[in-house]
Amino acid sequence: MTKKIKNLNLNFGPQHPAAHGVLRLILELDGEVVEKADPHIGLLHRGTEKLIENKTYMQAVPYFDRLDYVAPMNQEHAFALAIEKILDIDVPIRAQFIRVMFCEIGRILSHILNVTTQALDVGALTPSLWGFEERETLMTFYERASGSRLHANYFRAGGVHQDLPAGLETDIAKFCETFPKIINDLEKLLTDNRIFKQRNVDIGIVTKEDALDYSFSGVMIRGSGVPWDLRKSQPYDCYDQLEFKIPVGKNGDCYDRYLCRIEEMKESIKIIKQCLSKMEKGPIKTFDGKITPPSKKDIKQSMEALIHHFKLFTEGYRVPKDEIYTAVEAPKGEFGVYLISDGSSKPYKCKIRAPGFSHLQSMDYLIKGHMLADVPAVLGSLDIVFGEVDR
Amino acid sequence: MNNLIDLEKKINSELGTKINTSEIKHHQIYLEIDSEDLIDVVLFVKTNKDTKFRQLIDITVVDYPERSKRFKIIYLFLSHEFNQRMILSYDITENEVISSLTSIFPSANWMEREVFDMYGVNFKDHPDLRRILTDYGFEGHPLRKDFPLTGLTEVRYNEDQKKVIREPVKLEQNYRNFDYESPWEGTKYIKELTNNNDEKN
Repeated sequence: MTKKIKNLNLNFGPQHPAAHGVLRLILELDGEVVEKADPHIGLLHRGTEKLIENKTYMQAVPYFDRLDYVAPMNQEHAFALAIEKILDIDVPIRAQFIRVMFCEIGRILSHILNVTTQALDVGALTPSLWGFEERETLMTFYERASGSRLHANYFRAGGVHQDLPAGLETDIAKFCETFPKIINDLEKLLTDNRIFKQRNVDIGIVTKEDALDYSFSGVMIRGSGVPWDLRKSQPYDCYDQLEFKIPVGKNGDCYDRYLCRIEEMKESIKIIKQCLSKMEKGPIKTFDGKITPPSKKDIKQSMEALIHHFKLFTEGYRVPKDEIYTAVEAPKGEFGVYLISDGSSKPYKCKIRAPGFSHLQSMDYLIKGHMLADVPAVLGSLDIVFGEVDR
Repeated sequence: MNNLIDLEKKINSELGTKINTSEIKHHQIYLEIDSEDLIDVVLFVKTNKDTKFRQLIDITVVDYPERSKRFKIIYLFLSHEFNQRMILSYDITENEVISSLTSIFPSANWMEREVFDMYGVNFKDHPDLRRILTDYGFEGHPLRKDFPLTGLTEVRYNEDQKKVIREPVKLEQNYRNFDYESPWEGTKYIKELTNNNDEKN
């Protein structure tokens, strides 16, 4: 007698702690083996691109904080660079160092979150408690520089909004001394941990070829042994003046990607230290009065400054007709902005290229043939944040 | 090829009439082609040993409602080997159906779904052309310029019907789009003026 066996369809999410946000994953299971995965995304779609088309360039910056909300300033960076390239303006060196420093802080923020929650997904609770304490310290640095812990709105075309407050640089330097110990503690908990290795080694293997075909970037491509980092290959701002290494994985599995992230945090600390030592006093945004708002003091005294202030905050600055693609190495991979300006003060089109979008797309390819329990492990190592996937 | 100018020459000489215009701007190469040549051009730039644009970064569309060929489809490519970026584009009319790149780049799948969702551009030979970012049962294509910023419908939970229902958007105050643009010419006019003054002196 033959028995009919039917595959089981399992609905994972959209409200599931291991889905890292609002992912709805339709899994087709044969016993415990995943046959097919169909991610349904868009539950956090806010129409960012449409909104940006209706805002001036300066008003559009905060939308970038809300994409990948664990590393907000890295996104703003891409947008600021795109405008700067079209307007052809130079950024003062101090501003470049400040921006790079905060981008690296963002990278640490994102990697702490990812490494520790990935550990949480496979059963380790302690790393997330330890890691989040450090994230809190880093977010106070964000707060002291920009006024808010998460949605910074700090980078501007031509520099940053304001100079660092007194004492922040020394506090960041202090953090750079204490943080490597925390990374070591995390590594002690995870790197040689038997359970962590059993759950991650040889899970979700990506070959070099597939990493290219599936448009992977960031840690996802470096974990598979492709030494590609935009900070090195297409340096922006002052990255060409800094020394750092690019960690590259060997096997392209979840464990290698974890190791890459740990190493990248150590490199980020090096970059922050270099930024702090090379940073000199000086202007923090371009002097062009048509782009940079005047200082409060000038507004009280100069008619021209007052007019500039009024025009900048009503009409905004105009950006000549052009189109450009600018990408930065965000913690999760290549974050790009394809900007089309039409000569007015609002972007005609602003396409956001989020790394997580193409990473999540490969879920079906990555998970096919794995066990159900591997789904959270693979999902964790993809480093998905729904703010940027859904936009 | 590591040199952009050589690369542009190479592409132009190999593909000849298939390239309508090519331009180098911002260290990137911009190509314009016809929609029917898409597959040929993409296969060439992906496989040729001098170009090796192995990665499709993104696909997007720009909407120009006033043009007869309304949509401009844009493909962004990256070559790791030569560290080059290429931007490929072509214009289509509103009802044209274009070829899918999914057989060449598997990552084109979701990108084309997004384009379909946001602009209503149709792809032939796409394995799974569904909406991706908008809600289940959504109507319209939000990134078209004629789609209102406030949207057309809003959802709420209806206590009587015991389910979430869709209603036309009702706003206490309509979205206001102030026109701040003025004949103020900005930087360019100041620059010209100062340049003229410098020449006179």
